[in-house]
Amino acid sequence: MNYKIVIPIVAIAIIVTSVFAYQYLSKPQTITLNGAGATFPFPLIDKWTAEYHKIKPDVQVNYQSIGSGGGIKQHTEKTVYFGASDAPLTEQQFADAPNTLHIPMTIGGVVPTYNVPGMSKGLKFTGEILADIFLGKITKWNDPRLMALNPETSLPNHDIIVVHRSDGSGTTFVFTNYLSDISQEWKTTVGKSTSVNWPTGLGGKGNEGVTGLISQNPYSIGYVEFIYAKKNNLTWGYVQNAAGEFVEPSLESFSTAASFAAVTLPRGDESWSRVSIIDSIVNNTQATGAYPITSFSYFLVYKELNVLPNMNEDAAKTLVEFLWWTIHDGQNFSAELVYVPLPAEVVTHNEATIRMITFNGQQLYKG
Amino acid sequence: MKSSRKPPVFIHNLNVKVHKIFKKPLTGDYAFKLLAATFASIIFLILGLMIYELIKGSQLSLQRFGIEFLIGTKWDPAISQVFGVLPLILGTLVTSAIALLIGVPISLCIGLALSEYAPKRFGFAISFLVELLAAVPSVIYGLWGIFTLIPFLRNNVYAYLQGILGFIPLFSGPIYGGGVLTGGIILAIMIIPTVSAVSRDVFSAVPNTQREAMISLGATKWETAKNVISYARSGVIGAIILGLGRAVGETMAITMVIGNKFQLLPSSLFDAWYTMSAIIANEFTEATYGLYVSALIEVGLVLFFVALIINVLARLVVWRSLKLVRGIARE
Repeated sequence: MNYKIVIPIVAIAIIVTSVFAYQYLSKPQTITLNGAGATFPFPLIDKWTAEYHKIKPDVQVNYQSIGSGGGIKQHTEKTVYFGASDAPLTEQQFADAPNTLHIPMTIGGVVPTYNVPGMSKGLKFTGEILADIFLGKITKWNDPRLMALNPETSLPNHDIIVVHRSDGSGTTFVFTNYLSDISQEWKTTVGKSTSVNWPTGLGGKGNEGVTGLISQNPYSIGYVEFIYAKKNNLTWGYVQNAAGEFVEPSLESFSTAASFAAVTLPRGDESWSRVSIIDSIVNNTQATGAYPITSFSYFLVYKELNVLPNMNEDAAKTLVEFLWWTIHDGQNFSAELVYVPLPAEVVTHNEATIRMITFNGQQLYKG
Repeated sequence: MKSSRKPPVFIHNLNVKVHKIFKKPLTGDYAFKLLAATFASIIFLILGLMIYELIKGSQLSLQRFGIEFLIGTKWDPAISQVFGVLPLILGTLVTSAIALLIGVPISLCIGLALSEYAPKRFGFAISFLVELLAAVPSVIYGLWGIFTLIPFLRNNVYAYLQGILGFIPLFSGPIYGGGVLTGGIILAIMIIPTVSAVSRDVFSAVPNTQREAMISLGATKWETAKNVISYARSGVIGAIILGLGRAVGETMAITMVIGNKFQLLPSSLFDAWYTMSAIIANEFTEATYGLYVSALIEVGLVLFFVALIINVLARLVVWRSLKLVRGIARE
């Protein structure tokens, strides 16, 4: 064989190997925590990843925001250490992924946003009216029911253009969950899901698609994620809660809603399929100050981590420490990113859940 | 040094084995032929695997709905969990047809200009720019559609169009900006690079004797060009069908501008509609249960076959045109 070829190849091989070996040996071995799921909490988790890396340089969190559906799938297939979802597992999904723990990590809200020329924020809505608008039963802005709620404004005699999300999303799930709770007709004809069979309206892809359609079409109404509405200064409406107040969407009113729901939360290792902030406060007349269209975003973690194929005790311990950090110190980063910090009741609930996590039967968090 | 070129023992042994199997020595030439043939046949494997995976993935939905899936007009993932794709098939074909109606004349003009009229350097610049259009990612077309094209069409074009043609139902009704016509226009822009490049090539393939004959008969430049088009017509049809294939499969841009309204027929060209690729892009990531995922995969299967049919047609037409050109050149 020709040495002119062999010698350079061997030389390159040696150099490459030694570079990798040097990198591998010179650093303390990093532990990578793989996660996947919802897009809604991604900016927050991304922030956590960066901040946690500053505190623990040997821990790398790798989170892929592929959507709640994908997160649940990967969690069920045990290809990630943790999943993230905007909705709790359904009974079926919980049966497919037994011993899943639900850990609420943050809170989101969905707001009705509209484009009526000359109208600023604060148009008042009830759940029934929102349901009838999105069912196509209220078709004019000067509908008598809307006028009665908003006597101080003069509503125009124009057709309402309804805009909804076209892509499957947690935002749609939360919004349709609310409308299903409020309106029997909505519940039986449209239902709640990440995508539904919309009776009327245009579909925009993503929050930006909905916002684009609304801003270009005067007399339109749609719904978007609160963070997106806030960052883009959209005009939003107030929604009536069971206590009869018209509540402005805000971090405080979401947090209030979550704390009213906290008392109803099941144990971390039980089925959470029925958990919904909306369900638990929509008829609660005591829930003053609570904005009704509010929901949790969850971490999904197995109770016994040895079910994951490439998990070891170190990684398991690291994962649990990271989760503990996110529900405590991690929450301090919420406000700057316009996420809602978890109320104290939920944090306490989560602490009990995280203490349940074991590896080979050994409790991992000892605090 | 001749002796150093002699292959090592293990190569020799391998050679003997190969010889036993194929009755031929493993020379460089033969080895390369084998390698190329292997990679070429992988294409069949990939295509077969794709169809297999699509059918396997859509089992649940195939069994549940059967033919109902193709003729069904309801898409309800939440309550009844019934899926039917007829509106999506229609939406896909109609938006693609609009794209052809708008895009093809423009593309043919570009092709003609490049092959018949343009001076070399200018022609080079034009074809470079047109091919650059093909390299723009479709999500960019989509965003440009939302933020630039839709407001422009809404404010400057559609209102006038409705004013003039409003008595025809096709041009009546509310104008949202996005919709069937906007989707068709975006697709038209996206197929122009394909159609114009292929038609330029088929026009250039027309033998010069044709042009010389026309000119010697006293034909004008335009009459000569008409003759070139008619000579290359089967190639032009091939180009159009390739463009149609592109339009049918286009996903991101159309999703962002068509309005995504699931209905059998829109009330006008300004109304919103839906396409097969758009619903997959929209709903696949958050499809939460088996039948739903399966139905979306079956949409992929249907789209695959629609695209396949179109591509087979394109191939047949292009082959015919090539035979024609070669046949005449031989005479």
